[in-house]
Amino acid sequence: MMRYLEEFRYEPLAVRLVHQIALETSCYRSYRFMEFCGGHTHALARYGIEDLLPKNIEMMHGPGCPVCVLPAARIDAAIRLAQQDNIVICAYGDLMRAPGSHGNSLLRARASGADVRMIYSPLDAIKIAVAHPDKEIVFFAIGFETTTPPTALAVQIAQRDKIKNFSVFCNHVLTPAAMRHILTESQSAPGQRQAINGLVGPAHVSAIIGYESYKQITENFARPIVIAGFEPIDILQALLMLLRQVNAQRAEIENQYDRAVTGQGNYSAIDAMADTFELRESFEWRGIGELPNSAIKLKKNYCRQDAEERFNMSAVAVPDNPACECGQILRGRNKPQECKLFGKACRPDTPLGACMVSAEGACAAHWAYGRFRDEAEAR
Amino acid sequence: MSNTHRRSRIDLNNGVVELAHGAGGSAMTTLIAEIFYPAFNNDLLLQQNDQAIFNVDTGKLAFATDSFVVSPLFFPGGNIGSLAVNGTINDIALGGATPLYLSASFILEEGFPLKDLLTIANTMGSCANSAGVKIITGDTKVVERGKADGVFITTTGIGVIRNQTVLSANQIAPGDCIILSGEIGDHGVAILSKRENLNFETNIISDQAALHELIQLILEVGGDNIRVMRDPTRGGLASALNELAEKSDVGFVINENKIPINVSVSAACEFLGLDPLYVANEGKLIAVVAPSAAADVLKAMRSHPLGHQAEIIGVATEDSRFFVQMITRIGGRRIIDHLSGELLPRIC
Repeated sequence: MMRYLEEFRYEPLAVRLVHQIALETSCYRSYRFMEFCGGHTHALARYGIEDLLPKNIEMMHGPGCPVCVLPAARIDAAIRLAQQDNIVICAYGDLMRAPGSHGNSLLRARASGADVRMIYSPLDAIKIAVAHPDKEIVFFAIGFETTTPPTALAVQIAQRDKIKNFSVFCNHVLTPAAMRHILTESQSAPGQRQAINGLVGPAHVSAIIGYESYKQITENFARPIVIAGFEPIDILQALLMLLRQVNAQRAEIENQYDRAVTGQGNYSAIDAMADTFELRESFEWRGIGELPNSAIKLKKNYCRQDAEERFNMSAVAVPDNPACECGQILRGRNKPQECKLFGKACRPDTPLGACMVSAEGACAAHWAYGRFRDEAEAR
Repeated sequence: MSNTHRRSRIDLNNGVVELAHGAGGSAMTTLIAEIFYPAFNNDLLLQQNDQAIFNVDTGKLAFATDSFVVSPLFFPGGNIGSLAVNGTINDIALGGATPLYLSASFILEEGFPLKDLLTIANTMGSCANSAGVKIITGDTKVVERGKADGVFITTTGIGVIRNQTVLSANQIAPGDCIILSGEIGDHGVAILSKRENLNFETNIISDQAALHELIQLILEVGGDNIRVMRDPTRGGLASALNELAEKSDVGFVINENKIPINVSVSAACEFLGLDPLYVANEGKLIAVVAPSAAADVLKAMRSHPLGHQAEIIGVATEDSRFFVQMITRIGGRRIIDHLSGELLPRIC
């Protein structure tokens, strides 16, 4: 396995790419690229990649951190459910800490007696359901298209094997919808700060949905997208590819991550998703607001597995902190360190906004890895 | 016949801990006599008093305590017993002391297999023995089923300081070298690999070990040039470095390429979404050493089996914000921050 990682963290190759990027960067203009995915935000910060780029290439962080964009109201709803007797909530690791309203989280709910379990796969939740037929097991499903197929599979298995005590609280969201939203806003203000010259496209999401899914976006918005892997060499190479497209005034979908991503994606994953899910008319994104057709829910014939139906779950909207700039940051308009709350009231252990919630959020990544570059403030 | 009768009071193969084993009566006496006395076997313990009385050298003593609640209790490379003995030995030894005596206090859950308790006690006995330390007093309590997780152990240790070197984080000065004794993350990954809900195949075993010999060697070679030592246990290398930086009012800059890490640990951390810098170690240490002595100390450490992969991983720097920074593998720079809350894997 490490064979496919070590090569993509190889310093001499990184140095060559950095040189090539410097050579091909025009000194007469600036470049603003957005990495959509939280995984890329994290890798940029973790490897200090921005230190290696020319000053006139600016990276803006996108909304692709699934824990970050999950609205507090949905977390509150899960916590309320977890507090009921006989309910077991199963969730992925870093969702456990994500704050709902009043700083409440699944971890805190667990400390107060709720049965909340961390799992690595929804199939583990199925196992728990089989082992505890007397309890209701609810999988708190979140994520973009990467984590959707495993949820689809768990739902199919539950129905096939008549596992009656398993259900899914579905919060899956869609990448292309968010990308269109960001680019629409960017287009409406050419030359301003939110103008984005190109996108580093998602890695694992694209392995599922295929790079052809973005073709229309590049055409509609005349912005290049380069699908990139999550390793430093991947990102540097993708930036070079974006640079070349911008310099040549091209706007195409290109695939740097060809060791994992194909044009059409993963057919069986796409089939499983099509079988189990349908579009929601609208869904709230934390920090951004309601986006039409940007999320999915279980189809009617899987309503037995739909926790929202089964437990009559309701979400009570929670307004974001008015001083929080996450909405601007997630759209690529502002940098984390420009927010008044950053590093003061809002820190990883007391996150106020979406971008500080998960390690993949732009603010959390800048705090954890990059804040030594900021003007000296008390740590 | 009478011998057979006495033995049958405690069934070490199939028996389990019962509430009576902690009630202070004959069941408890039997448990202690059949499990703990033979395992820890030493003159002071066998005097069977409420306290152990011993002589010490004149001078300074080091005193430390630690509780162990690891899950699972048995893992590749050790069990809760070896951790309980070696962990406290290390806490004592890192102060420059020679560890002498330990106490061991057990909280047992009703229903816990006596066979497992015997294995744990025997491991503790042999770890103490090979470290030249005696477990001279102890306590046993039993709680109802569901009120504990098998076994919890608290060990407390006493050691004597025979050298004059003062070890303290506030002695660290810019320019000092940071030496790490070997590969990071082995213990944490070994534990995770056996957790009920993870259970993945790996050849990694815990690095748990008593470090007192290596520590004495470092002190002999480095003398007053050794500023301070730490074992990067819970929270890993990152947390230990941050703690040192804050206590010493300096920053650190470390080099990612210099940090030894086993390729299997890297791989496991990769697929679990964990950063090995934050993963626990139980047999590693960091020594902060004046630059003039760093090469000699490094050489001495590499001559010891527990330090043969030692590396100088970085230096102390002047930094008013006490940041621990790292030059990344590809030449970028980043902070290594405090761990925020519990170590949780990323979703994708």
